[in-house]
Amino acid sequence: MTAVLEVDDLRKAFGGVVAVDRVSFTVEAGKLFAIIGPNGAGKSTCFNMVGGQLPPDAGRVRLGGEDITGLPPRRIWRLGVGRTFQVAATFTAMTVVENVQMAFISHRRRLRALIPAARRLYRDEAMAVLERVGVADQAERQCGLLAYGDIKRVELAIALAHEPRLLLMDEPTAGMAARERIDLMALTAEIVRERGISVLFTEHDMDVVFAHADTLLVLDRGRTVATGTPQEVRENPEVQRIYLGGAGVAAAQRAMEARA
Amino acid sequence: MDPAFFFIQFLSGLASASNLFLIACGLTIIFGVTRIVNFAHGSFYMLGAYFAYTLTQQMMALLGDALGFWLALPIAAVAVGLCAVVMELILLRRIYRSHELFQLLATFGVVLIVQDLVQEVWGPEELFGPRAPGFTSFVVIFGFRFPEYQLVLIAAGPLVLGALWLLFNRTRWGTLVRAATQDREMVGALGVNQARLFTGVLFLGGFLAGLAGALQLPVEPANPFMDVNIIAEAFVVTVIGGMGNVLGAFLAALIIAQLQAFGILVFPEITLVLPFLVMALVLVVRPWGLLGKPETSTSHGFAGDRPLRPLSRTQQALVAALIAVLLLLPLVVGEYSQKLALEVFIYALFAFSLNFIMGAGGMVSFGHAAYFGLGGYGAALLVHHLGLNMELAILAAPIAAGLGALLFGWFVVRLSGVYLAMLTLAFAQIVWSTAFQWVELTGGDNGLIGIWPSQWASDRTVYYYLTLLVCGAAIAFLWRASHAPFGYTLRAGRDSTVRADAIGIDLKRHQWLAFALAGTCAGIAGGMFVFSKGNIDPGSLAIPTSVDALVMVLLGGIQTLTGPLVGGAVFHLLEAYILPLTDYWRAFLGAVILVLVIAFPMGLAGFLRDRLTREESAS
Repeated sequence: MTAVLEVDDLRKAFGGVVAVDRVSFTVEAGKLFAIIGPNGAGKSTCFNMVGGQLPPDAGRVRLGGEDITGLPPRRIWRLGVGRTFQVAATFTAMTVVENVQMAFISHRRRLRALIPAARRLYRDEAMAVLERVGVADQAERQCGLLAYGDIKRVELAIALAHEPRLLLMDEPTAGMAARERIDLMALTAEIVRERGISVLFTEHDMDVVFAHADTLLVLDRGRTVATGTPQEVRENPEVQRIYLGGAGVAAAQRAMEARA
Repeated sequence: MDPAFFFIQFLSGLASASNLFLIACGLTIIFGVTRIVNFAHGSFYMLGAYFAYTLTQQMMALLGDALGFWLALPIAAVAVGLCAVVMELILLRRIYRSHELFQLLATFGVVLIVQDLVQEVWGPEELFGPRAPGFTSFVVIFGFRFPEYQLVLIAAGPLVLGALWLLFNRTRWGTLVRAATQDREMVGALGVNQARLFTGVLFLGGFLAGLAGALQLPVEPANPFMDVNIIAEAFVVTVIGGMGNVLGAFLAALIIAQLQAFGILVFPEITLVLPFLVMALVLVVRPWGLLGKPETSTSHGFAGDRPLRPLSRTQQALVAALIAVLLLLPLVVGEYSQKLALEVFIYALFAFSLNFIMGAGGMVSFGHAAYFGLGGYGAALLVHHLGLNMELAILAAPIAAGLGALLFGWFVVRLSGVYLAMLTLAFAQIVWSTAFQWVELTGGDNGLIGIWPSQWASDRTVYYYLTLLVCGAAIAFLWRASHAPFGYTLRAGRDSTVRADAIGIDLKRHQWLAFALAGTCAGIAGGMFVFSKGNIDPGSLAIPTSVDALVMVLLGGIQTLTGPLVGGAVFHLLEAYILPLTDYWRAFLGAVILVLVIAFPMGLAGFLRDRLTREESAS
């Protein structure tokens, strides 16, 4: 197996608080990799260091063997990493399809064109991606007016536009209703598996995590508690103690069974 | 030189630092809690001086010199505080949730109204106040005579700082103010009556500014230009100190006042420019001032922003009809109307170029006049000093403005929101001060005259067509650019910096280019303006001109592309027809601003658009 993303000894402190303490992991090609942990475990910090939003204090991040530590997000994106945010970030005063067209315009490096009408550029390609995530019927609506679940799908479409090799999804289902969560995650898993895209995601919903992740990393107070398959993590007594608790174990069990 | 002389100079610096701090601390406290940058703070200062003038006259006659004088000053300050309370209750309350542009403009509207009120009540002359009883003579320091009253002023700054420290750290109310400065939503959620807190803060800020004005009366006569002269420097001090930070304001006031006290010895021509240069430098190193904290807004869109639509068939026909009318206009109307119309084209381009960075880019510029004026001066200087003809000079206008915008823009795009607006203002003041103070080059206050078009274009109608062609082409180009990927990239960055960054957009670079492009186009407008008037003076790049441009954009509506064009036209026609009829043009303009901000935040074009689309969806 080839590694798409390798993280070595990543560390970040805010004042005296060590948010992420020497965390290492590897995301294999075509796999879904989840980071879980209680609030304040360092998931989002970890994530933002991989995505370029935060510079790490120490450690290395490698994408396909290339060192990307501390690069700004826009450079990381150009190397083939798509990103969605905990609170969906879209261009609210553009139409849905224009949001996706923007990603294509940027990918083809035409951001500074002064003459052609942007709304006519890469429209078919953008529509195809919207079709795939199931919001093509909303294409001409103003993005900011959509239901939140649909905005999340638009964000996914934006992230998929430049055919990334890695998707970073920070709590992809946060703020959504239960039914929507399951649908969105199932859709995401389906798309990335058919296209061979690797995914690194964080998630609070254990049903979602155990139903889709190939590998899990459990963090607590910035430290690695366990890494492994869902099965291994679920059976790890340390994880059960600090994180899952009684209800969590049951949910994990349920999800595993549903998956089988 | 004599070290004693330096010490005296240092003391003078301390006295003006006190004055600056008294004004700036109120400004920074108000900003900290309400997030409003209060242009009217200069008006509070001016009112303090005028109130003190009237009160000292009355009370010194009534209660005797000493008691009357020293009672009059605090009463004047309280009266100004009450004026600030009235402003809070009537105006600010309605705009706490508005975009920073609307807040800035609204308080500037108050400035305009107060200016006319003051002139009406006290007249345009300078009014000299009495000398402060008990502090009328000199002390001798190292052989130099130093006015006693200056020592009072020197003490006032640290005394007020100490009093504020006690207020903020030893009283419940002060603790609430500090809490609200950090997180006003949270303070609201904890059940604090926000409305009353804000009113109280405005009183405090107004009181301090009024006190500063009143204390200044024995030193400087009350005059109707005090407000604008002081407000720019007060902004500089709050921004350098970090907005919302009182101690920062104190440090910044010290730095600025001392630099000016000693700068005047070394390089007297630089005094007006110096504070703004320092501010630009500080913001490059510390974008949020010496002791300030970063603002965390990632979106700079306006309420009511919609997706851009291409012109419909009907709209295209309307544009074609409008162009036809403009082409035929000189056949039916006389010289005066042609002159008016060509000025409309110039202002429409000026406003449209501003809206390119503001509406699409989300960058609120309070100094767009700088580029209009740079264009104008660029052309005029070449004609005046090198005897170039109009054709070459007009070509030089956008180049001069574009280079200026490229230089200033590099700094500007590093900031966002209010800080960005303040920096654009600072750069515009730098350009203005240069034009004002560098008399040999620019003619100073009188400006440059006799800048007329070449022979072939000197006919009014020919110049009309030339302006229509040049401004029309520039507007068409910017219109096109707005719909092109470049315009969309700006809109993307305005809507979400995070998302723009996450799809590979180098936002700062694009904002920088946009700033330069908008400056270049404003320069074209400035170049055409000079040859239509035959002269240019520093007024063309002063704050009021920048505000005119903002009002044009706002009047038409910032959320639409047609808005600034409509606004430019309506504004200029209003100015042409109403200005000669009234002595109260400024108050009128101020009232227009307030009505727009409070009642029509979408502007004329936005208002029409919403009416039309509502009808469409209803049918």
